[in-house]
Amino acid sequence: MQIPIETSLNGARGRVRDWITQSRIRLRVETRRPANLAFRALMLIFVGIVILIVLGITFVLVSNSWLSIRTFGLSYLSNDAFDPVHNTYGVQPAIFGTLVTSLFALIFALPIGIGTAIFLVDYCPRRLRLPFAFVLDLLAAIPSVVLGLWGFLVMAPWLQNSGEPWLQKHFGFLPFFQGTPHGLGLLAAGMILTVMILPIITAISREVMLNVPTSQREALLALGATRWEVIRHAVIPFSRVGIAGGAILGLGRALGETIAVTMVIGNQAAPPSANLFNTGYTLSSVIANQFGEATPGIFVSAVLEAGLLLLIITLITNILARVLIARLGRVRAGGVSR
Amino acid sequence: MFDRISAIRSLGSKIALSAVVAASLVVAACGTTSTPTANGTTCPSTTSLSGAGSTFDAPLFSKMFTEYAGISCKVQINYQAVGSGTGITQLLQQTVDFGASDAPMKDTDLAKSPNGAILHIPVTIGAVAISYNLSQVDASTHLKLTGPVLANIFLGNIKFWDDTAIAQLNTGTTLPHVAITVVHRSDGSGTTGILSHYLTAVSPDWSSKVGAGNTLNWPTGVGAKGNAGVASAVKNTAGSIGYNELAYVLTNTIQYAQVQNQNGEFVAPSLDSAKAAAANFTNIPADLRFYIVNAGGAGSYPISGYSWVLVYQKQTSSDKGQALANAVWWMVHDGQQFSAALSYVALPANIVQKDEAQIKSMTCGSGACYKG
Repeated sequence: MQIPIETSLNGARGRVRDWITQSRIRLRVETRRPANLAFRALMLIFVGIVILIVLGITFVLVSNSWLSIRTFGLSYLSNDAFDPVHNTYGVQPAIFGTLVTSLFALIFALPIGIGTAIFLVDYCPRRLRLPFAFVLDLLAAIPSVVLGLWGFLVMAPWLQNSGEPWLQKHFGFLPFFQGTPHGLGLLAAGMILTVMILPIITAISREVMLNVPTSQREALLALGATRWEVIRHAVIPFSRVGIAGGAILGLGRALGETIAVTMVIGNQAAPPSANLFNTGYTLSSVIANQFGEATPGIFVSAVLEAGLLLLIITLITNILARVLIARLGRVRAGGVSR
Repeated sequence: MFDRISAIRSLGSKIALSAVVAASLVVAACGTTSTPTANGTTCPSTTSLSGAGSTFDAPLFSKMFTEYAGISCKVQINYQAVGSGTGITQLLQQTVDFGASDAPMKDTDLAKSPNGAILHIPVTIGAVAISYNLSQVDASTHLKLTGPVLANIFLGNIKFWDDTAIAQLNTGTTLPHVAITVVHRSDGSGTTGILSHYLTAVSPDWSSKVGAGNTLNWPTGVGAKGNAGVASAVKNTAGSIGYNELAYVLTNTIQYAQVQNQNGEFVAPSLDSAKAAAANFTNIPADLRFYIVNAGGAGSYPISGYSWVLVYQKQTSSDKGQALANAVWWMVHDGQQFSAALSYVALPANIVQKDEAQIKSMTCGSGACYKG
């Protein structure tokens, strides 16, 4: 479906050109005034502080985990538990658990979140929009420790007694639902994370969809498109980048979420497998569990290395996500608007 | 100038004290420092101390320190319940005046001391109860378990409640064929430390496969955070078995087991049976770093252990050292009266004696810190 919006686009180009020229002039004027220069310097200092904090944290993490890095090297990535009694430390199940629970959450939260956003923007009766959006914001405002408590006291027992046996009975042929249901485990953690990142993804998707120009919707409607076709060919292509951004923010939260996950994941290292009934570990729950009793020396160092790894994993996913967004943006510019 | 101010202040506080507190208390509390010090006052000028460590000690310390701030020299003690390991780290970094730990410090940690010897002063006793959830067994029946059977359950070797090993110990109780789910602590903990030292003492298998420590590589089960986490997980999971501080089973409706001691008796955990274990334990090392697990003697509950206050023997500030020595002295004497109400076991007399010797060995400058 091609949209004839050449004229409006030319207008936009003109506006951008004007804006750039004006900015250039403004810049030349500003640099001659001392107050403006001072403001510039102040902003530079603020940026510097932020950069210093990030560098400082990285430096402390690296220097404090150096002992563990030197002692265990790559075996830290493949060892399967923190065992101070035998002096071996490793995070293999934690890396696995972090990625699996976060991906699980993203896979389920993304369609639900986008669906909710579409409903709120295009289908919801006008009167109900505000209350629904309010409830959604409320979900985002629930502190993670409260969600964790709910997961631990309500959801996990329910999963053990009803949810997991039901899954096993009907979908037991899948590799995901094997063994004894414990309630606590990867499935519970994934579900809690889904609930936690859902409001972020929904809220951002909704904002982006609200920003789809009315002209685009109307153009499609004028061509005789159904409501679904409007969403499919105007709303979603326009909001693709924004939704991806929301998904990345959600993923970031899921990767780093600590207390709620610690409460429901079972905190017992099981060898990596597709079985979601297994108990597991995440990098952040390793830190939360071990830090208090970590005795000085190699133990503390190993805990901090888990923090360093979490930072690295978050960094990698962020870079991948940015690449993805950039590509999505290009596709839109090249595909839809021409 | 400062000396005068503090002298006046302490005089004022003494007058206020005597007005509200019985005279004997003043004698007992402030009287301990009645020897005139360099600045001519009876109380050290230090009015606040800080400590960090064991979360197990926290409820008891909180009660103790609230009381302590109201009597004696009105010293405020700020305690951070950050975990034993972090408490030791903070003591070694000298960011706190004392540490508190559920496990004695290792030689390697003691060697890291920047300021000479670190004293271990037992301050309270914890007992670890074996909790379980088996609705088919009457709540008033406390299942009987031995050390080796417990080790095999926690190792994952015994998988069902009606296993012959358990059934043999509990003739007369019908055990259901229900799978056992082990619930353990996910965070490092002195509770785990006491249990694992016990299992190591009674089971060579456990000793070689898992070992003893506050953090373990558990072979089976699910991990829950904190004592409360384990207690709820046991309550929520049919067929589960876990371990909790005594206080949790005494105050919650949770089933718990009797454990066989060295004399062959099956003993239920209680304040009395834990105190018996401590009192009956004789082989006490001079540095007071020891576990009392698997204690012999009639009525001893075998899974219990001490919790320690850790202080530097050589105090760098003699004024603060004096305040610290006074405070710890009070904790192991008058402070013990708050134990029972909070389900802690009070120290037996033989340990209080040894504590006194430890406190008296603290040095402030050229003399002893404690001037009692």
